Amino acid sequence: MAVQDFVAPRSLGEAQIAFAEGGGASWLAGGTDLLVGIRLGSRDPSRIVDLKRIPELMAIEVESDQVRLGAAVSAYDLLRHPTVAMLYPGLAEALALIGSTQIQGRCSAGGNLCNASPAADSIPALIANRASCRICGPKGERLIPVEDFVVGPNQTALGGDELLVELVLPLPTGRCSDAYLRLTPRTEMDIAVAGAGVSLTLDDDGKCLASRVAIGAVAPRALLVEEAGQALVGSRLEEAAVQDAVLAVRAAAQPITDKRGSAGYRTHVVGVLVARAIRRARARIAGEEIV
Amino acid sequence: MTVQQEFRVVGSRPVRPDGVDKVTGRALYGADFNMQDQIYGHILRSPHAHARIKNIDCSRARAMEGVLAVMTGEDLQEPGSRVLGSGEGAIALRDLTPMVMAQGKVLFHSQPVAAVAATSPELAALAAEAIEVTFDVLPVVTELHAALAEGAPILHEDRFPDGQPKEPTNLATHISAQVGEPDAAFAEADVIVERTYSVPMCHQGYIEPHACVARVDGTGQVDLWCSTQGHFTVRGYTAALTGLDEGNIRVTPSEIGGGFGGKTTVYLEPIAVILAGKSGRPVKMVMDRGDVFRATGPAPGAETRVKLGATRDGRLVAADVECLMDSGAYNGNPAGFPAFLATACYKLSHARSVGRSVYTNKPKIHAYRAPSMPQVTLAFELVVNELAAELNMDPIDFRLLNAVEEGDSNMLAARYKRIGLRECLEAARTHAHYRSPVAENGGRGVAMGYWINAGLQSSATLNVSADGHVAVLTGSPDIGGSRASMALMAAEVLGIPLDHIHPQVVATDAIGHCDVTGGSRTTLATGQAVIQAAEQLVAEMCRRAAGEWDVGVEAVTWSEGAAHSDQGCLTFEALAARAGSMGGPLTVSSSLTASSAAPAFAVHICDATVDKETGRTTITRYTAIQDAGKAIHPDYVEGQMQGGVVQGIGWALNEEYLYDDQGALQNPGFLDYRIPVASDLPLIDTVIIEVPNPLHPFGVRGVGEVPIVPPMPAVAEAVFHSAGVRVARLPLNPPRMVAALTGDDDLV
Repeated sequence: MAVQDFVAPRSLGEAQIAFAEGGGASWLAGGTDLLVGIRLGSRDPSRIVDLKRIPELMAIEVESDQVRLGAAVSAYDLLRHPTVAMLYPGLAEALALIGSTQIQGRCSAGGNLCNASPAADSIPALIANRASCRICGPKGERLIPVEDFVVGPNQTALGGDELLVELVLPLPTGRCSDAYLRLTPRTEMDIAVAGAGVSLTLDDDGKCLASRVAIGAVAPRALLVEEAGQALVGSRLEEAAVQDAVLAVRAAAQPITDKRGSAGYRTHVVGVLVARAIRRARARIAGEEIV
Repeated sequence: MTVQQEFRVVGSRPVRPDGVDKVTGRALYGADFNMQDQIYGHILRSPHAHARIKNIDCSRARAMEGVLAVMTGEDLQEPGSRVLGSGEGAIALRDLTPMVMAQGKVLFHSQPVAAVAATSPELAALAAEAIEVTFDVLPVVTELHAALAEGAPILHEDRFPDGQPKEPTNLATHISAQVGEPDAAFAEADVIVERTYSVPMCHQGYIEPHACVARVDGTGQVDLWCSTQGHFTVRGYTAALTGLDEGNIRVTPSEIGGGFGGKTTVYLEPIAVILAGKSGRPVKMVMDRGDVFRATGPAPGAETRVKLGATRDGRLVAADVECLMDSGAYNGNPAGFPAFLATACYKLSHARSVGRSVYTNKPKIHAYRAPSMPQVTLAFELVVNELAAELNMDPIDFRLLNAVEEGDSNMLAARYKRIGLRECLEAARTHAHYRSPVAENGGRGVAMGYWINAGLQSSATLNVSADGHVAVLTGSPDIGGSRASMALMAAEVLGIPLDHIHPQVVATDAIGHCDVTGGSRTTLATGQAVIQAAEQLVAEMCRRAAGEWDVGVEAVTWSEGAAHSDQGCLTFEALAARAGSMGGPLTVSSSLTASSAAPAFAVHICDATVDKETGRTTITRYTAIQDAGKAIHPDYVEGQMQGGVVQGIGWALNEEYLYDDQGALQNPGFLDYRIPVASDLPLIDTVIIEVPNPLHPFGVRGVGEVPIVPPMPAVAEAVFHSAGVRVARLPLNPPRMVAALTGDDDLV
């Protein structure tokens, strides 16, 4: 139905007051999920509180040890930022897969996270990069890892009056990189049947010092699969180690069968994607050409 | 008929007259039309796929402030046994009326049950929800074989397969055709291949949803503005469903955002007219995307078995085809064309073909580009390819050995005049694509296709203004660039500059009858009416010039846009300027039932690569070759070819209606009903072959439908070669391919 009330506050404080007054309000970043939901009748907010005029939510800050991404910054602005895509190429490829070019001009990483779709593309990439969520509420601030932010389909750890302000990613150090791959029947304008985000840190001999593997669309929420990362640590990413990681993600996956794919297919293909994402991240570190 | 071979402007590629408006957003589509004082209609749809309607209580909705009209299926005319139209275009009201609104029983999910009109769209939606319907819910059947099984829920208890009132079944139609003695002929075959392939129900996927505005004035004159492929059909159907006189209804078509056969009927229009009549206010209705998928006519799913026999030297000796098709809830007669036309590309003296269609709890199927032909051609062409492989023959060489040519007949006993199938095959064989090596891990498929093409009724009027410009009016909605083609044909005959010609599609009362833009007929038939009208205009101008010069009309010739005789020259512009004093306004009309329709043939080549781990297919190269007879405007011929290929690729790889066990569609939107997007496709290369149609003054053949016939088998063959496995069921989506590659059916 028609939205009754729209406000565009200019500070976090104003935003929280406006939200509380709304009684059943929704935050609006890019609106690429909210507006579709309103049209379909699945969302019916009494008030819409736009976040795009609040400086903290629209900022990108590259600091000495971390990068802070405002929750409402559009995917397009993240992608064209001179350092974000260079530091986190896997996160960039996840953002570049959301919707289409037009959608990416509106949608945000914060919104993708708060929408909490099991199939969200950016979430596994954020988890692989150890991203945290800075949350602001009437009782103050808190910081939680992305893997704990989503608790189930369309459900987050946000309290009713809390707001995701920014995503905080540690600055990569050493020989490291990341990758995100997903499977969709179409090349774009599609929703992941399965997705895989991988980050790798290698020593000078190619031995894996650290790795995080996260999978999407194969469980009620994106999962960090620690066993998969551990399977790689200490290896030189030989095929046997990669296959151990594949087995670990297939064991961790708890997919459903629906119109987008069977549980069996999703379990199969998430393993394929993880293996390819590991090779892709390694190729990035080695400076090889990525196809 | 002398077929013109040399042209001045026909065959060139001017920008279409509607182009600027369309790319700048100015063009007005169905939902763009609004009237002062309009109110909004909303349809209450069935939440059940099969149920008896026991009671409809509209009292709460009627009592709501701002609700100005309410209707149910009883407000439509009793269908009885009346049939509208004739031939392939015929439809019984009992199969049409309930698609607009249920008549006592609902047979598919989202079938309209009642409707309201109110002062805002939101209020109309709330009021529709306030209508209380009591249903007696019945068991649901959506799958073809389940519908034919003993004990299946029966959709129509009053319909009997052979007209014999015995036990009712869900068999809607059963048609068979035979030439020669196929059983005996198979005994002479050295090689026989027999396969069964199935394809799912799918939707035309036009981007623009159905929309209309209806107004009934104080004298009973009805006006309808809508998006349609045929406003004369809308007028006729709306009159029949509402009981109004056809003569009191005027229908004005908007620009149309795709139709592909799906907009050759009515869904909203009779409802809007009834609500407008009851309320006294103009009523606007716009269907949402979900309801377009759930409750308009898709293309039938089908299962086709093909058995072909050939001799060792590569001659086809016999064919046996059996096609089982989904009719949906009412009779959409999908099985007729496959029964008669499955073998139409091949010289076959011995063939049998059986087509059956089945009622299921889904929307009644409707026309989609070469209706039913892609489904049956899938199986036929794949079996041809296997047969050629068994004989160690190149698939194009095998087809050249067996392809029909002038003098051959198909199973409708229609004898082909000059056709261009062999020329298409030769062009394919020598095309750079076919001569290029197949990519490593890739596969290549070849297939050909036939479509019958329609003629039907068309009209054109030419009005000349004093400055020598000409309005070319027709009643054929322009879906694929036909206005540009009409202008070219008029300019060709008249010999005046193209930018002096102004083609328009006008309302039902402004032009003689025109059948739908469908059946690949508009450029052929409406174009022929334009050519005839232009020739009449030339004749009239020559007559006037002869009068001016006081010579016999036979002494006057027409060339370069002017009348000539030994007395001098009178230009089109001069004759137009002096029309008032030379016999009055220059206006001519021509109407015809075109008998010039000729079949279309196409040959396609597809390269594809299957990712064997994920099962995902990428189409890497595609070439479509087609006999257009004469391409009036080559851009729009190529556009038809490319569009048909894209739709065929979608159907082959991902498009599919997915129903749950209660008969609710699971993917009623473009997110999960996956038509291809631009980045899924290579550039579709096109080759236009021009073997003039001997029946048409400019040699035109219809081109709009046959491009969707070969893609499914061409894509499937390429996929099978790349994957190294054959899959009997489409779409060849990633899970199905991985299941076939691993042998693990749980993956589907």
